[in-house]
Parts: sequence; structure tokens; C-alpha cells
Amino acid sequence: MATRRNFMLTAGALAVAAALPLASFAQDVTKIGFVYVSPIGDAGWTFQHDLARTQLEAEFGDRIQTSFVENVAEGADAERVIREFAASGHKIVFATSFGYMNYVERVARQFPDVAFLHATGYKSGANFANYNARFYEGRYLNGVIAGHMTKSNVMGYVAAFPIPEVLQGINAFTMGARSVNPDVEVRVIWVNSWYDPGREREAAMTLISQGADVITQHTDSTAPVQAAEERGVYAFGYHSDMSKYGPTAHLSATTHLWGDYYVQTVKDVLAGEWKPTNLWGGYQQGMIQLAPLNDAIPAEVKAQVAELESQLTAGTFHPFTGPVVDQSGAERLPAGAVMDDETLGKMDYFVQGVASRLPSR
Amino acid sequence: MPDFPLRLEPRAEPSRLMSYLSPLIAVALTLLVGLLLFSALGKDPIEGFRYFFINPVRTLYGLSELLLKATPLMMCAIGLAIGFRANVWNIGAEGQFVLGAIGASGAALYFSGSDSAMLLPAMVVAGALAGAAWAAIPALLKTQFNANEILVSLMLVYVAQLLVSWLVFGPWRDPYGFGFPQTEMFHDAALLPILLDGTRLSFAFVIALAMLALGYVFMHRSYTGFKMRVAGEAAAAARYAGFSAKRMIWIGLLCGGGAAGIAGMAEVAGPMGQLTDKVSLGYGFAAIIVAFVGRLNPVGILFASLLMALLFLGGEQVQQYMNLPSSISMVFQGMLLFFLLGSDVFINYRLRIGCAASV
Repeated sequence: MATRRNFMLTAGALAVAAALPLASFAQDVTKIGFVYVSPIGDAGWTFQHDLARTQLEAEFGDRIQTSFVENVAEGADAERVIREFAASGHKIVFATSFGYMNYVERVARQFPDVAFLHATGYKSGANFANYNARFYEGRYLNGVIAGHMTKSNVMGYVAAFPIPEVLQGINAFTMGARSVNPDVEVRVIWVNSWYDPGREREAAMTLISQGADVITQHTDSTAPVQAAEERGVYAFGYHSDMSKYGPTAHLSATTHLWGDYYVQTVKDVLAGEWKPTNLWGGYQQGMIQLAPLNDAIPAEVKAQVAELESQLTAGTFHPFTGPVVDQSGAERLPAGAVMDDETLGKMDYFVQGVASRLPSR
Repeated sequence: MPDFPLRLEPRAEPSRLMSYLSPLIAVALTLLVGLLLFSALGKDPIEGFRYFFINPVRTLYGLSELLLKATPLMMCAIGLAIGFRANVWNIGAEGQFVLGAIGASGAALYFSGSDSAMLLPAMVVAGALAGAAWAAIPALLKTQFNANEILVSLMLVYVAQLLVSWLVFGPWRDPYGFGFPQTEMFHDAALLPILLDGTRLSFAFVIALAMLALGYVFMHRSYTGFKMRVAGEAAAAARYAGFSAKRMIWIGLLCGGGAAGIAGMAEVAGPMGQLTDKVSLGYGFAAIIVAFVGRLNPVGILFASLLMALLFLGGEQVQQYMNLPSSISMVFQGMLLFFLLGSDVFINYRLRIGCAASV
């Protein structure tokens, strides 16, 4: 039946070539597939995952073979790409964006011997792990620096979508800034896209015109940093070190380091000891790091940041330690309490100090 | 002006042979330049050809994926072809697709929990109506104010994308989805039945074939279809015969919108199983190429949509196995349309070698 359909649907020439065998791979090489949501580029979300992929290659050499597909939309096509990796003998598949979650779940059920790892989602299964990073830890430190560096006490935040992850970042940044400078206000512009250099730039320019002298972003391009450089204000990069796009403006960046986690995962799989986990890692797991601090930052601020970093690494400090007060003045977390992960994952408000309003539903 | 040794001479009659040969020439040239492209990228062209065109369909599962990918292309393209034949240029099938997905999702969410066998037909109708309603906007503006339907339909694509974004971030957001932009997963009664066990190929493929058949009957066997063809091929003759130009515009746009809407329904009730802001994958735009490569003819569209689907699948595979950049499938699609438009010149013109006699 299969051959007949094949014949009906493909031209004769194609059928001849179909008989040629496909390249075969050595059995003892473990194949690892990566699904990327955007092109790799030279900075940004996917770039950081690809850095981790190259770290794997350096670590394991010819014991593994990695391949990737970039620019895979988070729609129905993703399932085919993920399945193709599993069906063609890949033992580990990293799906690096939220929108792949339901497709990973379906494919994982069909291929129980393959390890699936999905970034930033909330589902898991027998052979299906999820992992994410506590981006807000870096955001809080960015806020501390910003609180010291601002003169206008107005900061601009270019943000993608009002989902909990983005709100955690905005709130952590604001709380960090206000911990050293209670007069600070943060203004937010939503660009409704993860990657849209034109709109990101426009948003940054608008915020600067409104008096913001520190710009940060929860989007994927380098446009806000470039805009800040042009207008002579400060900026923080995101995902990657973006200092080369604004050597003067770029104070630092919250960067993601997935490499150690990927190396550990591959080690476990090779040793046959892999178990799916739900990992939400931060400074403690080495998944979050600040890009090198700009020389314009005074030494005592650098020292304060270093102290906070060591506390985050030791697990003795949590950015969302009460009191957390939202815009309406309601206390969301009493003084001294630490916000648990479930509550963090449902964050749907701005804290005090954010001047903008959330889009209403 | 010095005479160029090659020149184009208008044919007395459009060549029927060339109009069928042209897409084949375009496919052949695309393949040829594709092979050169693989070589230029330092890849073995034969291997590239194999991964691009053979590997995706080497298994039954691969074939089912090809048909799955071709289904929305067929649906959108057949609707567009009806309008294109009457020179009604609906460029906004992408937006009508999104509206169809919204309409069908609205029905699925409203009747959430219902086991009724009527739910799926209701979703098809809701999708078709929503898509047609979106296309009615350019139709109304064109017939009432002579606004250009190309621009209006195209711009409404962006409005549609913002609309779906608002819905999944706002009122339709899954309350258990941790704030992510998505509706709840549809329950079984709102999902199209699967044709082949173990694959994702759903009943939508059958609907698409039925739509092609209906399109054929409408375009070639109905009086309205005849009038629309006349309007497209000889507008003056159509006017003289008293055919209403406004009617053509309405029919052309509503057919295109309704068909794209059904395709949107098939996407959310098929491989997605929910509505997200990522529902539109460019089927509405790709279908424009499909419609033209398929000569605005249902049988042609069937083959053109399979070819186009293969370009998408092949593009993924050469990335996966040969580390070629993701833009490769767009390059192939662009080449296909480019060569088609190039070869189409020869339907109305012939190539003459040598100097022209002075006119």
C-alpha cells in the first residue's frame, strides 16, 4: 500500500532516487537534536541555546553528534520537526521554546526511548523533562545597578507579552532599583512580539523621550541597546551580552547559560541514568549570569552586586522577599516571607514603582 | 537603437500548450537552480536533492505529513482561484485563515464539553462564515468606495493577527495555562477524526478534496462560474453582456474567505488542537503561489499544493541533515514563482531570433 501511494504521489524520477539508501551513522555516536524558534544570529535567546550546543560538542567530542533546525514556528509544523529527530535515531531532543510544549508531549508518548527536554513550559512526563531559568534574579541585580546610575529616576522597559515570566522580570527589576533608590519609577511599553527590531527601537525611543535614562528589554533584538547608545542613555541587554551594540550604554545584561545543564543531561543519558526533572535553575545552578559590568559603574555598586550574587548563589537571598506590594497598594506577600514557585508562576500584576498599567483583559 | 538578436513577438493567440508547459518548466528550472545552489553552498547536490525531495516522503508517515501540510494550501488556493479568475485580487487569505480559526475555536469553546456529532460541522460553518465575513470587508469597500481590494485584504491580515493575539492573551486564555497565550485544549468531539492511525492526517484532507471538486463544478460547470471567467478574461465583453461586476467581486472574495476560513478551522481542530497566537504559518500567502502554479485550476492546485508542501518539508530536512539555513525553503518557493512568471511570458509571446523587420 505504501509503495503504491508513493508511486501515485511522486513523479517517476523521484521514485528512482527513493531507492538510494540514506547515509548511515555509526551506532555508538549519540545523536542530539535541537529545535530553535528563531535564527541563531549573534545575540539573543536562540544564540544562547546554540552556545550551549557548541559547549556539548566541545565536551563530548565525537561521542555525540548534534544537529538543529532553526526558525521553527510554534505551530503544527513543530511536531513534525520534533518527531523527525526522534524517528531518525536522535536520543535526546531539546525543544527550546514554550510553544513546542504540546507537540513535545505528543511525540514523547510515541518515542519512549528518547529523552525530550522542553524549555520554559510546565508539562512533563516519563521521558519528558522541562527546564527554565530564574531570569528575574539577574533582573533584580540589573535594577540595583540602574537605581544607582539613574539621574532622572525614570526607567524604560521594552516588553514582549504580559505573561508571568515577563512580569517577574519587570517586578524584580523595579524592586531591585527601589531597594537602593525608592524614588524610581519604571515605565513599560509592550511591543507584542518577541522579536521586532523596528517596534523595539520605537518603544525604546519613546521611553527615552519620556525621560527614561536607563532602558532595558524583555525582547530578543539588540535594537533597544542601540537606541540607548544613540541617545546617550544607559541600557541593559538581555539573553546575551549585547555590549558590542552599545559599548557606552550597555551597563550589563542578564544572560542565560544552558550549557552546564545540557552537559549534565547528556552525561546522565549516556550513563543510562537520566530521569526527567522539572528544573527551574538560577544563580545556584549557574544558569544565570550578568554580562561584564560597564566601567562607568562605581566600585561600591560593583561590590554590592557581587555581594548579592554570592547570596543568590548560596541561596540565602530571594529577590521576591516580602513585602511585595502591588500597584493598588495591596500586599501580595508579607514582610520577610519568600514567594514560592507556584505563586511566582502565576504572577499577573505590577509591583509598586511600575508607572504603567497592565493591559486590561 | 541597436537590434538585440533575441526579441519577444506577441502571439496572435495565447498558447494553450505553453500555459500547461509553463509550470513544468518552472519546476524544472527551480530544481536545476536548486542543484546549483546546493553546490554553491558546498553541499553534494545529489544528497541535497535526496533530502529535499525524497527523504520527506520515504515513509507512509512522511506522506501523511505531506498531505497534512498540503491540505490548508489546497483549501486556500481553490478559494483564491475563483476570485483570481475574475481578476479579484484577494491577497488576505492569511487573515481569513486566522478568522476561520477564531470562528471555529469560538464554537469549540462555547460548546466545550458537548459530545454532539454536530459540533464539528458547526465549527466548519463557523470557520467558513468568519473567514467570509473578514473577506466581506474588502468586498464592501471595493464595491461601495472602489477601495483597492489588494491593499485592504492584505492589511486586514495584520488586524487578524492582533485580534487572535488579543483573544488568547485575554478572554479566551486557558485559566490553567500559567498565563501563556493559548486556549484550553479542545476536547475530542471538537477534533477532526484521524484518517490514518498513528499519523496526524485528518478528515480535513477529504474536505479539501471535496472543495477542489466543488471548485471544479463551480468554475467549469456553472453559469456564475462562466460569467466570472468571462469577467476575468474579457472585462469589456462581460460588461457588454450585462454581468454585474460587483457580484463578481462579492463572489470572488466570499469564496476565498470562506475557503481560507475552513482551512483555519482544520488547523485548530486538527494538528493544533487549540488556538494560539501562532496559528498562522503563512498558508494564506503560500496559497497564492499554489493557485498560480496550479493555473487556477483544481487539478493543477492539487499537484501544486503537494509540491509546495514538499518544499516546506524538504526545507526542514536539509536543515536537519545538512545544516543548511532555514531560509532555503523560502528560496525555493521564491524561485518557483519567479520562474513561473518568467515562463508565463511565453504564453502570450514567442521568442524570435534575429533582427526584427522594421515596423
